[in-house]
Amino acid sequence: MKKIIVACAAGVLLFAGCEQGSEEAEPASTPFESRYEPLPSGTTLITGATVLTGAGERLDDADILIENGRITAVGSDLGADGADVVDAAGKWVTPGIIDVHSHRGVYSSPGTESHSDGNEATSPVTADVWAEHAVWPHDPGFPAALAGGVTSMQILPGSANLIGGRGVTLKNVPGRNVMEMKFPGAPHGLKMACGENPKRVYGGRGQAPGTRMGNVAGYREAWIKAAEYRDKIEAAEDGQGEMPTRDLELETLMGVLEGEILVHNHCYRGDEMSIMLDVAREFGYKVGTFHHAVEAYKISDLLAQNDTCAAMWADWWGFKMEAYDGIRENIAFVDEAGACAIVHSDSGIGIQRLNQEAAKVIGAAARIGIDIAPERAIRWLTANAAKSLGILEQTGTLEAGKMADVVIWNRDPFSVYARAERVYIDGALAYELGNAAVNPVTDFTLGTAASAGGAQ
Amino acid sequence: MNRLITLFIAVLLALPASAATTAIVGAKVHTVGPQGTIENGTVLIADGRIIAVGADVEIPAGAETIDASGKVVTPGIFSPFSQLGLVEVSSSAGPTDGAQRGDYFTAGFDVADAYNPRSTLIAINRIEGVTRTLVAPTPAYGGGTSSGHILSGLAAVVNLGDAAYLDLQRAAMVVTLGESGSGVSGGSRTDTWLTLRNALDEALDYRDHKGDFERGMRREYVHSVADLKALQGIVNGNTPLVVRLHRASDIEVLIRVVDEYGLQAIIIGGEEAWLLADELAVAGIAVVIDPTANLPGNFDRVNARFGSASILVDAGVQVAIGDGDTHNARNITQLAGNAVAHGLDWDAALRAITLTPAELFGMSGSAGSLEAGKAADVVIWPGDPLEVSNFPEQVFINGEKIPMVSRQTLLRDRYLNGEGPPAYRK
Repeated sequence: MKKIIVACAAGVLLFAGCEQGSEEAEPASTPFESRYEPLPSGTTLITGATVLTGAGERLDDADILIENGRITAVGSDLGADGADVVDAAGKWVTPGIIDVHSHRGVYSSPGTESHSDGNEATSPVTADVWAEHAVWPHDPGFPAALAGGVTSMQILPGSANLIGGRGVTLKNVPGRNVMEMKFPGAPHGLKMACGENPKRVYGGRGQAPGTRMGNVAGYREAWIKAAEYRDKIEAAEDGQGEMPTRDLELETLMGVLEGEILVHNHCYRGDEMSIMLDVAREFGYKVGTFHHAVEAYKISDLLAQNDTCAAMWADWWGFKMEAYDGIRENIAFVDEAGACAIVHSDSGIGIQRLNQEAAKVIGAAARIGIDIAPERAIRWLTANAAKSLGILEQTGTLEAGKMADVVIWNRDPFSVYARAERVYIDGALAYELGNAAVNPVTDFTLGTAASAGGAQ
Repeated sequence: MNRLITLFIAVLLALPASAATTAIVGAKVHTVGPQGTIENGTVLIADGRIIAVGADVEIPAGAETIDASGKVVTPGIFSPFSQLGLVEVSSSAGPTDGAQRGDYFTAGFDVADAYNPRSTLIAINRIEGVTRTLVAPTPAYGGGTSSGHILSGLAAVVNLGDAAYLDLQRAAMVVTLGESGSGVSGGSRTDTWLTLRNALDEALDYRDHKGDFERGMRREYVHSVADLKALQGIVNGNTPLVVRLHRASDIEVLIRVVDEYGLQAIIIGGEEAWLLADELAVAGIAVVIDPTANLPGNFDRVNARFGSASILVDAGVQVAIGDGDTHNARNITQLAGNAVAHGLDWDAALRAITLTPAELFGMSGSAGSLEAGKAADVVIWPGDPLEVSNFPEQVFINGEKIPMVSRQTLLRDRYLNGEGPPAYRK
């Protein structure tokens, strides 16, 4: 809301009638607005399923009613006139899977040099770039993720830079351009990166940062400039001094300081995450989510205290020094500490089976006597991910009023043998196992032997 | 061949002697051998070997009995391709011993000398069921730690035990073709095939004219003598050539080259192999496949898809499962489970991560299945070994009960229990 008021105030001299504008209306000047239109849908009643709501509940033999793209009821013995009834006896139903860390479209398949659009590795701070300006909607990774039950995902810039630019949250539907996929109303993310990547990329060129010291100096310099920019704008609005020249980089950083853009900070080591929490404290912003967070288990109490999520792999480790201390129980320990634990992929392959990644954590935790029920684990890839992206009010759980982003699984999704049988996005059937008439095939995949019969 | 036999005997003699006899009883035993699956079976282990397997095995007095009722027993998992023991941390952390970056030595680069059985990766992977692996040189992929030549060198089979770990040196030779290979070979796949053919031709010429060569009466070779010696097993058809490639057209050329030179070949990667399943079966070329590799990562893999493993098995191709991962070689069971989810028969999937890799790399006489006389690599699971939430309860390698501890479990326990200095107590 504050953003709208500011925009209105800034434009008051140019646009008469601003004072009549309601606060509900987005300013027409907002660039790159979502043009997402849900696929056509009808009324659907899913019956008799084991339902994991994403809100912590498991309901056996339960029904879900979907009307006008929304979930209108979850419970027993539901009915609706003219509904398409889907008998889901013996099957499991979960909210649509959400991946908070994807590079689909900015590191597309095929991974040719010409498709390398995820790292603006020309300067360590590039808060001015937006991932959505590079997303190729024909990346075959999108329909592949859909077959794994993924209904929403955040596309992030890479981790070469200290501050890599804005991420965008998408609905996993076909689009001719990214605006047709853009999750309506989702806030932007800001990608930041700790540790080895920035110092390797820039230090290797004899440029700052070349050390972790240089990394932190780089963040602090950026936030000092952003705070100055914000102060100048606020002063100008109060009639003191001139409005500064518009600066895309500082505009993004100011969005973080104002709480409108959510920080997604690639960071592996526990000690480094602790320092990043201190940097955030110094400048008055919040670290929404640490990504990768291989050592989150070492600081799970700090994550809980700061209301900071950790988005993690189940078991990736050892591919670099800062990933050397990975353990299989990382996600479970973060969850046990009461912090917001998320399973993420950072991979076009991994995104297709986030459910299996969670299942490995359940099994590893069981080895040491920590029992994690499926209704609890499903939060790691649904509600907690939605919280991280700022879209929990719209999706992430199966509750009346929410977007009908729903997956029907052929069995307990925490099994290696589980397959998504049907995936609904905003109430529309977006994917059905083996149904070539429904399943999207990207432009790129057309005409290949592998595409015969639809998305595999 | 004599050398192999000698080595085999050496391994036999080196097995840790143990007077103790262990009987694992009451489990569902997947032998992956002629006995199939035995409900309520017994596996009897002594002196590092399996003495008997069956439903009615007499347990000798004094044997340690492990009650595995309700549990599942399988052979140890055999990873068909990894750099276990050659790498600790992949990037920016000292040497990775899997690749030569120059091209002075190519075929002769033998990783066995660099294998480190005390690497932290060994315990981390063996407590999850991996008991043997082909330790292979890193293929050429163009990255900073990749091989500098299409011929990456010689691989060895090791077991993940603490003693007598080297099972078979010079077990295979690794070559990379296709787009990745062309990256280190003139920028063209034509060049990769010429380079391979030239290496094979020189090895044959050296074999047939060794005397003349040593008297200086034969032309100079591109390859060093060490490389030409290493290639002898390949051109004689005794040692398999592990060929990393993906595109169907490259596989068609490989089939011709294998026929022309009389090679033994195993494809690793092979995302488009399903298009040539019948041809591969006829040619006797096996495939090591990653069942989750369904994306067109480059134009060599435009026809990557799920379900390849079952198509190849149905056509009669020998299929092993693996993605070449090293730190997480342990996740091979997940790969096999995914193959089952996409149509592969469950028993074929288990075979693809146990007996088939043993067959491919000259170990089927001594490992890969639960049969009397074979090394006692045995894993006790709480349930289905391909199910991702199941982890081994006990692993045996060469009959030794492996401590179920790794650096990762120690880290876990420190932060779980707050052991050590007060800083770790939260």
